[in-house]
Amino acid sequence: MGKVAIIGVGQSAFVRGYPGSIRELAFEGFKEAMLDAKIATTDIDASVICSAPEYDKQRSPAGVFAEYLGLTPQPTFYVETLCSSSSTGLKLAYSLVESGLHDCVAVVGFQKMSEITSAESQERMGRGADIQWESPFGTMMPAYYATYARGHFTKYGTTPDDLALIRVKAATYGQINEKAVYRKPVTFDMFQDPENTMAGPVASPLRVGDCCANADGSSCLIVANEEKAKMFCKKPVWIKGIGSASTAVNLANRDLFSGLTVGVEAGKQAYKMAGITPKDIDVAEVHDCFTIAEMMAYENLGFAEPGGGKELIRAKETYKEGSIPVNVDGGLLSKGHPIGATGGSQVRTIVLQLRDEAGDMQVKDPQFGLIHNIGGVGLYGNVTILGRD
Amino acid sequence: MAKKEKDLRFSKFGTVSFTATSKTNDFIDKLEEGKVCGTRCKDCGTKFFPPRADCYKCLASNMDWFDIDGVGKLVTYSKLEYAPIGFENDLPYCIAVVDFGEYKVFGRISSDLTDDDIEVGMALKAVVNKLPSAQLNYVFQKA
Repeated sequence: MGKVAIIGVGQSAFVRGYPGSIRELAFEGFKEAMLDAKIATTDIDASVICSAPEYDKQRSPAGVFAEYLGLTPQPTFYVETLCSSSSTGLKLAYSLVESGLHDCVAVVGFQKMSEITSAESQERMGRGADIQWESPFGTMMPAYYATYARGHFTKYGTTPDDLALIRVKAATYGQINEKAVYRKPVTFDMFQDPENTMAGPVASPLRVGDCCANADGSSCLIVANEEKAKMFCKKPVWIKGIGSASTAVNLANRDLFSGLTVGVEAGKQAYKMAGITPKDIDVAEVHDCFTIAEMMAYENLGFAEPGGGKELIRAKETYKEGSIPVNVDGGLLSKGHPIGATGGSQVRTIVLQLRDEAGDMQVKDPQFGLIHNIGGVGLYGNVTILGRD
Repeated sequence: MAKKEKDLRFSKFGTVSFTATSKTNDFIDKLEEGKVCGTRCKDCGTKFFPPRADCYKCLASNMDWFDIDGVGKLVTYSKLEYAPIGFENDLPYCIAVVDFGEYKVFGRISSDLTDDDIEVGMALKAVVNKLPSAQLNYVFQKA
């Protein structure tokens, strides 16, 4: 198998109400990745465009973006797996390069959620599940994840306070991430004050502070084969393992409500392909659309035993100085979650970490980094492992 | 010649239905009769909830209806304080998963139950519920 590298990464600032169109938003992430890779558009021989549908009016954005980014007449492909779209795009790019079909592929993720209202967005998100048999009951993402929080609480004795600790950690790093939409401090005490916004009810047992915010944003990853990577890039970061899984969409057809099976399955595949174990991971980005999602990720990825996630966060082991730093860029909880851009942003963070270019967020000398990106209510899962060598 | 009428029965399901036609349209008739039903493959016997028109195990499309008339256990739930568009007037309401052994059912907990009444593991049954708008769904009540 040939080696495949990520040679350039970029993302826009994640913001509320981006004052431009989707192609202009995509250009921001793309430009940063191109300047990072120091290549020309003619060096790219295919593009993969990633987003979730129904936030903007554009049908088939791939062609529009390929033109705007100067990537015609090269082929372009549109990929969608809801919130994990751009890590799925990365997997497609990996496959295209590893197979020898293409040498250098741009993966562009984007979402302009502010094209619709917050209430409309909740309705769209809820329809990322079973529209025939669940949506008629009035479902939405926080409530779906809340059923998992309830399952985790019941089985393992996890508490709302444990989840609050995850949000406090996210805010610690969100404050120093200039690309994050939420940069204010969040304290544990805010969750103890019923009058505080953070403690406000959303869908029990999840509260406002347990939920990430909608945002507009774009991300871009430049993927290349070994020859091009060595030609273009001083510090290529290599794709060591890449796993993916799906599960039943309707909760009625699931057995586990204290973890996400797609995270477990995709993780196993990625560890096996990389030939490493969870202990080898030095820094991770996990899909914390809700605090409970990060808690489950600790366990599903093997950073803790099932039920042991709460001890990990209570002991601050997932902080930058801990044994397994997780989401030390603020995570989705602080950065915001522009659906189609999120996976690419997570990958960007790990690439910067492995290049020792993460600034104040840098962990010490990481060799392996992991990205866990989930689509829908654990409907799709991608786990990607990157390495320095 | 008169135009063939579309069978839009499924649009009656829930506060807002996002599906108008389905081969499982008879589910709505069953609700009208006061029954919550799943489907069972006549060829291999597999029971399905939510109902399916097609069996992925034996690839047959040969289904019978069976009644969800037993008592199940509450697996998990969440009480919503915000709702998606079209569901605001229903607030607050609880979504839930109930395990009946051979199959599970996703739905709402009856608004008759208070927060203190609801506990994971409690015994619940599925009953048909007519909404003020004349739409139909089902809710879980104390067994």
